[in-house]
Amino acid sequence: MFGRLTWHALDNGPVALGGQLTMVFGALAVIAFLTYTKRWRWLWKEWLTSLDPKKIGVMYILVAFIMLLRGLADAAMMRAQQATSVGSSHGLLSADHFQQVVSAHGTIMIFFVAMGLMFGLINLIMPLQIGSRDVAFPFLNSVSFWLFVAGMLLINLSLLVGEFSAAGWLAYPPLSELAYSPGVGVDYWIWALQIAGVGSLLSGINFLTTILRMRCPGMKLMRMPLFTWGVLCSMVLVIFAFPILTGTLAMLALDRTLGMHFFTAGGGGNAMMYVNLIWAWGHPEVYLLVLPAFGIFSEVVSTLSRKRLFGYASMVWALIAITFLSYVVWLHHFFTMGAGGDVNAFFGIMTMVIAIPTGVKIFNWLFTMHRGRIHFATPMRWFLAFVVTFSIGGMTGVMMAVPAIDFEVHNSLFLVAHFHNMIVGGVVFGFFAGLTYWFPKVFGFRLNERLGNYAFWCWFIGFLLAFIPLYILGLMGATRRLDHYDPSLGWQGLFIVAGIGVMFVLAGVGFQILQLIVSIMQRHQNRDKTGDPWNGRTLEWSTTSPAPFYNFAVIPTVADRDAFWAMKQADQPKNIEYEDIYLPKNTGFGLYIAGASLTIGFALVWHIWWLAAVGLAGLLTLIIVRATAENTEYCLPAEEVARLEGRA
Amino acid sequence: MSHISTARQAELHAADAKTVFGFWVYLMTDCVLFASLFATFVVLRNNTFGGPAGNELFSLSFVLTETLVLLTSSFTAGLGMLAARRHDRRQVLLWFGITMLLGLFFLTMEVTEFHKLAVEGNSWRRSGFLSAFFTLVGTHGLHITCGLIWMITMLIKTSRHQITSRTIKQFTMLSLFWHFLDIIWIFIFTIVYLIGVAT
Repeated sequence: MFGRLTWHALDNGPVALGGQLTMVFGALAVIAFLTYTKRWRWLWKEWLTSLDPKKIGVMYILVAFIMLLRGLADAAMMRAQQATSVGSSHGLLSADHFQQVVSAHGTIMIFFVAMGLMFGLINLIMPLQIGSRDVAFPFLNSVSFWLFVAGMLLINLSLLVGEFSAAGWLAYPPLSELAYSPGVGVDYWIWALQIAGVGSLLSGINFLTTILRMRCPGMKLMRMPLFTWGVLCSMVLVIFAFPILTGTLAMLALDRTLGMHFFTAGGGGNAMMYVNLIWAWGHPEVYLLVLPAFGIFSEVVSTLSRKRLFGYASMVWALIAITFLSYVVWLHHFFTMGAGGDVNAFFGIMTMVIAIPTGVKIFNWLFTMHRGRIHFATPMRWFLAFVVTFSIGGMTGVMMAVPAIDFEVHNSLFLVAHFHNMIVGGVVFGFFAGLTYWFPKVFGFRLNERLGNYAFWCWFIGFLLAFIPLYILGLMGATRRLDHYDPSLGWQGLFIVAGIGVMFVLAGVGFQILQLIVSIMQRHQNRDKTGDPWNGRTLEWSTTSPAPFYNFAVIPTVADRDAFWAMKQADQPKNIEYEDIYLPKNTGFGLYIAGASLTIGFALVWHIWWLAAVGLAGLLTLIIVRATAENTEYCLPAEEVARLEGRA
Repeated sequence: MSHISTARQAELHAADAKTVFGFWVYLMTDCVLFASLFATFVVLRNNTFGGPAGNELFSLSFVLTETLVLLTSSFTAGLGMLAARRHDRRQVLLWFGITMLLGLFFLTMEVTEFHKLAVEGNSWRRSGFLSAFFTLVGTHGLHITCGLIWMITMLIKTSRHQITSRTIKQFTMLSLFWHFLDIIWIFIFTIVYLIGVAT
């Protein structure tokens, strides 16, 4: 009746129990709070069923931040284990549990933190930047978000019921095959990513169509703000990379559930095929995270230096070059496969070539700052830290692009330090810069600068303390995912330094939470009345803060790059003529579809076939009912728009 | 629909074009999905693990019939599309009805082939080659199934309501989908069956 699911699945030992209790009581506390303050109706009508990309964006970021806390807790556990599990001491975690924590940390940070922050920021800002009222497919946007949430719930459910994958964040076979991972962990991993991945794919289609089809009059491609350019390139990567992930995960799932032989050790399977496929997705994946971050830095540097961006066209072409190159470097993740000298040389050289467009970008940002009137606000600090960390990470990346060096440091902590340099120092710092920069546009008040500054310094110092030792440890021979080592190796001191680094990062997150609370309390002093707190250059600053739900009462017409800056220099037209605005009605279908998907995912993890069939039938019905629905839009009459604008 | 302003009509028209564009993008993503399955098939096609290879399993005349049935269904879908543009409900029902029957026939043939292979002991569990074969061809079959379900809902809708610009948009996307599956099948026919029998 319940497949592999028994009561035994709830018992996972004392450490997991702590996580389970935190989750359950956290959820109960939220439910109690909502019930006590009678907010359920408001939550449902204003948020959960909303198709407004600005609200969906806020929800993305909220979920991503909660997941950041979980991912950081995992990181802290790993650091505690590696700092203490030496010689006769075996640390807090068992070997298997440690592997689960490592796998969960990687998976959560990439899929549910970095991706969530990225899609959140895109939802919040991109439609405003191109002078559009909405995204191309507002309902699909809601479906994407809720699939992301469904994947997130499934991965957290693994902590509660059963276990998580212990096969690393990319679950290489044959370890991830049934023969070596007979439990439900890998299945949780597969279906959480499959559900969230389909959501990301739909987002990719949605945002690409939005950018190509919904720009306001006059906004040619070469007049688009660079954040939008970054998003466009990133979405091209989503569209060409995520189907590979869908296919690869499906094949692994078929191996595990139907006894196929794609990647098995016997039966004619080929495990290296999986490694090739997963990196054909995985390499573009990390680039699609960083391209929007590059875009954010371009906006921040140019606005906070009060200058036009230096070398706009070369910035755009650098983005396009990186987009293209990211598809021809996947093999550098496994030079050790033994593909032969010629193949390794090709992929090595292609990898080094990426340093050129990236270098172009770094220098353009620095030239933008040159002789500018620089405003050292928090976003600018994140940028400067990014230049340092990303350059270090870039250099170690070029080092590892040499196959001969890669053979030495493959799978070592040197590599771990490198990609954290790129993803934390590049992607996460970029998204934090963007969040601080655009916060007033979303909520109508600015974030507290002083606490933001404290958070920044804790993050930056903590980051360096946590990862510079890993470079050294990697060169000393420490491999990744070690749960125990011998004291004679002399690694413990460096692991302790890395652990202290994580504490600094945790303090940084603490300051970020404090910053949010204090800023909300002081929101009346910090209110952004102009809608343009940074003296901005692009269209999102031309509306009020927070932006009205229809974004623009009158769709702007653009005549220049830095459109809003040009508008501010020119005379404002006085006679505004409002028009009827058509907007999508709220709907709960995105949520229902994600609910059905979650049911299917859970049923497939535990082999509860009847439940999977029920979920599938429900999913099909929901799609058909929604697809045949009429009157999904409503009209906001011109008089009403005029009234709302008059009030503002 | 005369009460709708011309500006709004232009807006709606643009929205339809946007949806079709988005659907094209979706088809490209599906293309990449099939590309990864094809790549896997090509890598695993000689991994028979002591089991039968393609030339011992496939009957070319059977697959050629399947191919012709599917190609014909694409032609009738095209005729149905022309009828939809003329707002001719009777013809739409006729041609898409035939398309649906041909699709159903194709699917039945495919299931028959799968069943025959499985009972002879050559199921997807037999070897890496057969895993890749069943998955690639089966994924195409799954797409055909989805297309058929979509077609049924469209036929029900057309039999009940007038053809609107929205219906035409949906038929446009449905036939794009159907033609796309036809093209994928041509590749399956060539790479899986023709090359499989020849080598």
